[in-house]
Amino acid sequence: MVLPEFSIALPEIFLAAAAMFLLMFGVFKGKDATGPVSWLAVLSLIITAVLVVMGGSDTQLTFSDLYRSDAFGNFMKILALGASILAIIMSMDFNKREKMDRFEFPILIVIASLGMMVMISANDLMSLYMGIELMSLSLYVTAAFRRDSIRSTEAGLKYFVLGALSSGMLLYGCSLIYGFTGSTNFDAIAGIVAGEHGHISLGLLVGIVFLIAGLAFKVSAVPFHMWTPDVYEGVPTPVTAFFATAPKIAGMALFMRTFLIPFGDAVGQWQQIIIFVSIASMILGAFAAINQKNIKRLMAYSSIGHIGYALVGLAAGTEEGVRGVLVYLSIYVVMNIGTFAIILSMRQKDGMVEDISELAGLGKKRPVMAFLLMVFMFSLAGVPPLAGFFGKFYVFVAAINSGLYALAIIGLLASVVGAFYYIRIVKIMYFDDEKEGFKPANRTLTWIMGGAGIFTALFFLYPAPLLSSAAAAAAVLFQ
Amino acid sequence: MLDWNILSFVTFLPLVGALLILLTGGKEEVAARNARQVALWTTLITFAVSLLIWINFDTAEAGFQFVEQGEWLGGGINYHMGIDGISMLFIILTTFLMPICILASWESIGTRVREYMIAFLIMETLMIGVFCALDMVLFYLFFEAGLIPMFLIIGIWGGGNRVYASFKFFLYTLVGSVLMLAAMITMYVIVGTTDIPTLMAYNFGVDLQFWLWLAFFASFAVKVPMWPVHTWLPDAHVQAPTAGSVILAGVLLKMGGYGFLRFSIPMFPDASQYFAPMVFGLSVIAIIYTSLVALVQKDMKKLIAYSSVAHMGFITIGVFTFTQQGLEGGILQMISHGIVSGALFLCVGVIYDRIHTREIARYGGLVHRMPRYAVIFMIFTMATVGLPGTSGFVGEFLILVGAYQVSTWTAFLATTGVILGAAYSLYLYRRVVFGELVKEDLKSIVDVNKREMAIFIPLIAVAMWIGIYPDPFLDVMHASVTSLMEQHQLALDATNSTLHAAK
Repeated sequence: MVLPEFSIALPEIFLAAAAMFLLMFGVFKGKDATGPVSWLAVLSLIITAVLVVMGGSDTQLTFSDLYRSDAFGNFMKILALGASILAIIMSMDFNKREKMDRFEFPILIVIASLGMMVMISANDLMSLYMGIELMSLSLYVTAAFRRDSIRSTEAGLKYFVLGALSSGMLLYGCSLIYGFTGSTNFDAIAGIVAGEHGHISLGLLVGIVFLIAGLAFKVSAVPFHMWTPDVYEGVPTPVTAFFATAPKIAGMALFMRTFLIPFGDAVGQWQQIIIFVSIASMILGAFAAINQKNIKRLMAYSSIGHIGYALVGLAAGTEEGVRGVLVYLSIYVVMNIGTFAIILSMRQKDGMVEDISELAGLGKKRPVMAFLLMVFMFSLAGVPPLAGFFGKFYVFVAAINSGLYALAIIGLLASVVGAFYYIRIVKIMYFDDEKEGFKPANRTLTWIMGGAGIFTALFFLYPAPLLSSAAAAAAVLFQ
Repeated sequence: MLDWNILSFVTFLPLVGALLILLTGGKEEVAARNARQVALWTTLITFAVSLLIWINFDTAEAGFQFVEQGEWLGGGINYHMGIDGISMLFIILTTFLMPICILASWESIGTRVREYMIAFLIMETLMIGVFCALDMVLFYLFFEAGLIPMFLIIGIWGGGNRVYASFKFFLYTLVGSVLMLAAMITMYVIVGTTDIPTLMAYNFGVDLQFWLWLAFFASFAVKVPMWPVHTWLPDAHVQAPTAGSVILAGVLLKMGGYGFLRFSIPMFPDASQYFAPMVFGLSVIAIIYTSLVALVQKDMKKLIAYSSVAHMGFITIGVFTFTQQGLEGGILQMISHGIVSGALFLCVGVIYDRIHTREIARYGGLVHRMPRYAVIFMIFTMATVGLPGTSGFVGEFLILVGAYQVSTWTAFLATTGVILGAAYSLYLYRRVVFGELVKEDLKSIVDVNKREMAIFIPLIAVAMWIGIYPDPFLDVMHASVTSLMEQHQLALDATNSTLHAAK
């Protein structure tokens, strides 16, 4: 018997072992385990990220070609791990204050991150599904983590029921793809699709549609977005911050890998669906957010819109497009982390508030925080010279280079509609009369929002590192 | 030629001032005083340095001067700065108006002075950047980023209806700009670079030119603004603080006209020729219609705002005549309008600071209490009417000469605008300055003080200088305008010959 090459998947193996160790540690430590477990979880995620980097960027397969390690995967893993680390750090103070500081919380995020890494490295429909389920099950539990809150449990249940439905669709799609190609391996499927010269059989096409439906649910793209606003609003805020970043990265990574490796030669078949999903997401994200009063709900619609923009790059179906998506997602994660660090600091003497109108007069009371939120809002709206503009610029360059003029123009116009609700927040902070104001933000959150703000505001000075590493990662999918 | 990067220096010098203000703390009053001083000195030094550009400018050279290049985004998108005879005067105009804006806000802005000064200094950097940028993405960056400080200036320090005005300003401009961005990306994808001189030399297909021209037009027409997309301007002007109005009328509107000269005409010569009658039509409507609208305004700022739309109509006519007189008249008129309309807004600001209303009916008979003010206001009223000897005359005259060579009807209809312009300007002047002094609160009004004189004297000097001896200004642009025309004619001939060959 030949053993598989374990060392290629060392980061995942380490993280799995760390998660189990942390679970044991938490159980045996008993009371007061939350603090140490949280920091150990952060530490193990950092070690995992280091292992990912040290693993090198060569393309390697292992576990009977179920698992693939490459530069693209590394890029996405670093991004997802970074988002998870910050989500745990941001949650600590909040959880303690809201009396939900249980040691399982960071461990669930670690396990979800493990699922994401498997998703990102999947080279087979089986490992794809395994990764998705590992991530989703952890997310369902974190969503309902505040057991004594009706809103949180309701959100968790809603997420679970709809998520299970989408997993079913995804699995059905996988079975159809297997049935019509005879394989679950990405490379094998790619060979068969290439042999059909772009005219794939109807059954396979139906399978692809189901696969898109399942993945669209995970990244909350229209028309599978319905759960997003309710779940974002209902779950505790640190969980929202986590949901808005890391799972989206993993979902988009999977989207890109599955559609550009196995079905890369059938771009013409799935491109229209992605274009539709992208346009619908951008438009819904722009219009539905206008009337929102709760900032978490607003960010939910905003994230739907942003996934639409990221999908513009995928719709282009080119290396340039993938690079655009990678740049876009990196910037998106930073902006969102920064924004949620501010939302987590919206604390008055009676506890947390989520109403947008509470931001009134923040420009006078907390000038630095207001300035940072303004930077994030203009950046999310895509106004130069902030980072968000460059993200949009590169996906639209890819779209126009692929001849998708209508998609680009609709997307750009939707961004103007979207700008309306982002600048409305600026208006509330700077033009409206003062309200109660917030208590000072704690130090970790201040560091996080400050760091994210500096990145967002000054990205234009030295964009080369991100652009070139994204280009190197994107090239892998087109070898 | 200077051997240091003077353009970048002038562009980013105001940011240094903004940083200094950010670092100064202390009590609110002390901080406000420091912020005013720092802002004034920064803008004065920037102006002084920018004069070096003019002194070292080679008027015989038609191409770009003071060129700077550096790596930036990669993939054909680089940091590229440079100026020619078309953009040079706009930089001087910007740096010239900024100290005046700071002085004009000296007392009228009492709240959040630090933030106000920082916003203005950032604004200056972005405006100078627009005129220096020789890379489309860099240009777009400066062009669009200007929305953020202006949005805040109108929204925070503006009048009663400031929220509506600031949103309208922001969203209107953004819609136009994203269409321009789509066109820029298309050009980038075709040519592989966003370098402006390279794109000027590239020949785009005639069909494509039409689409690209329209997309750029969407952005510049909003910015100029041309009828019927001018409606954001009266709102923004009325609500903005005085210095904000000066910047809007003085520099931001010129970005549209500059855009036509830098992008539309050299890059899409066939489309520009094809759409010129449409531009004439829209401009003539703008001149006559907004002049009539200006006649019935009850608010002084609104009246001047509408008159700006009318004056910008002259400029777009001049630019699209493609004649030496028309183009040079258009550029000179932009400079003149920047000074004269800015000065008129400052005139309104002077009495607004005293009485706190802009309603024309609330004034009358000011000449009895404010003789110096009456003289200043008179000079600028005459300049906006276009009296010979003032800056307004030279530009308008050249434009009409240029227009007459291309289209007699356009010239004829535009000339009626001169008469209407005299009507609404003099009518405004009569109602505000002349007549009996009957209003109680006006009886104690005081004349312009030293600070205000310091604001107006340089403006009067420049307005008269351009009116009496415009040669130094025209000399700067001759070479570049001539080469622009020649290129335009060559491109048209080339298209014609290929069309004939096809037949």
